[in-house]
Amino acid sequence: MIDKRKVIPRRTFIAGLASSAGLTLAGCGETEPPTYGNLLRMGDWVTYKAHRLLLPEQALAREYDLGDISAMPATGTVNPGDDQQTFFDPVHGPEFSRVQSSGFDDWRITVEGSVDRPGVFSLQDLQKMPSRTHITRHTCEEGWSAIAQWTGVPLSTVLYACGMQSQARYVWFHAYDSWIDSIDMNDALHPQTILAYGMNGRQLPLSHGAPLRLRVERQIGYKSMKYLRKIVVTDNFADGGSSVHIDDGWSWYNGI
Amino acid sequence: MKEDVVVSEVPTEAEGHRRWVRISHWVIALSIIMLGISGVFILAVHPRLYWGEVGNDLVPAILEIPISANHRPEGWQRTVDFTEVSQSAFSANRMYPIFNQNGWARSLHFLAAWFFLLAGLIYALAGFISGHAKHSLLPKRGDFSLASLKKDVLEHLKPRAGAIGAGPPYGIVQRISYGIVLYVAMPLMVITGLAMAPAITAALPILLDIFGGFQSARTVHFFSFSVLLLFLVVHVTMVFITGFSRQMRAMILGK
Repeated sequence: MIDKRKVIPRRTFIAGLASSAGLTLAGCGETEPPTYGNLLRMGDWVTYKAHRLLLPEQALAREYDLGDISAMPATGTVNPGDDQQTFFDPVHGPEFSRVQSSGFDDWRITVEGSVDRPGVFSLQDLQKMPSRTHITRHTCEEGWSAIAQWTGVPLSTVLYACGMQSQARYVWFHAYDSWIDSIDMNDALHPQTILAYGMNGRQLPLSHGAPLRLRVERQIGYKSMKYLRKIVVTDNFADGGSSVHIDDGWSWYNGI
Repeated sequence: MKEDVVVSEVPTEAEGHRRWVRISHWVIALSIIMLGISGVFILAVHPRLYWGEVGNDLVPAILEIPISANHRPEGWQRTVDFTEVSQSAFSANRMYPIFNQNGWARSLHFLAAWFFLLAGLIYALAGFISGHAKHSLLPKRGDFSLASLKKDVLEHLKPRAGAIGAGPPYGIVQRISYGIVLYVAMPLMVITGLAMAPAITAALPILLDIFGGFQSARTVHFFSFSVLLLFLVVHVTMVFITGFSRQMRAMILGK
């Protein structure tokens, strides 16, 4: 389940303001995202529910041509091994440096939780699976956008290979830079949701999440987590705490 | 004063505003204030505007708005060149911290957008059904004649002696302004807003085609907001000029 060390309640100005005004969302339990009962989260929740109700499940994000590929900024963590990074993880940061020095030969990703056959995969294991390549627009919450080509294995392929159980509803991702986040099954099983190891025809560069990153093409950029090390399938929505930055006001669902 | 201009007025509107107009007016007003405040914070995170699908710190902008120091061309470290794909395809790392309050600003923006959308839909629907839009708000056929336009503009420039009536009938300039704001700028805000949402454009890619891309929609969003802001300034100024307490009473109590 979720790394309990990461579940640190932290109130921000807005969150505190709204919750102190007694604005709580009744019936918002652990099975429904998001778990924070303030006014802003209610808006996020309405948006999430409206999108899931009104938008077709399998609609594909627009795909572009090779000539549309653009310059692309790398922001946030650009090297999880660097202890000066904002989201440096004292445990997994040095571990990242170690697997990086092996050319990611020693890198493994684990898949656990609500699966019949929890798995451990090397980069080669993933590259042997059927791949998908698409050219899509990365849309950052900051307001910028960039077009790049991504190559990887569909997340659904990996989940089914591990025997995902029928009651599973969310997929959690743990990164080397202390970041944790999740997506629902609609996005997890979407054909464009891939575990990418290639960018613009090359191996995924360090600054863009090497050796493996997530691509969730129908959500804002920060949901496409970089530097993956663990995938956990869960039946319920669990609070990721400050690591997912929902309690800093960052929306868990960000299709807008 | 303007009886010669407005002939087909609905009598019940002669005094103040109807209840649905008052309620939707204030919900829309409050949500626009929230959208405006959060929107300025969101824009400050990336105060550059572009045309097309792509726009970021590594490509030229068509307009830079000096409201934050988040764009620093010298603060980027070039790491990877994808020259085999395209000359313009490369990656660079941002080496400086930025101002970013989007956590709450984006959520507040979308929360307010829900209120704006719902109140706006009710307002548009009620306005259509009741005939309020046709009779009082939208410009009429004769409004665009040079003579009547000139007459109404001159009317606005006259010094005001005492308060004038609140609510309809509205003058020509007023009807053209309301028409542009309610039926052009506000719908454009919603449509360009939706065109920036990756989940929505996946379902409705036509939204990207209409504006020519995500960044184009963002740029149009900014300019139609500028129109709304200009309207807001003039609108509030006119409320003060024509008798603040009388106008507020008319829009709050309806008399």
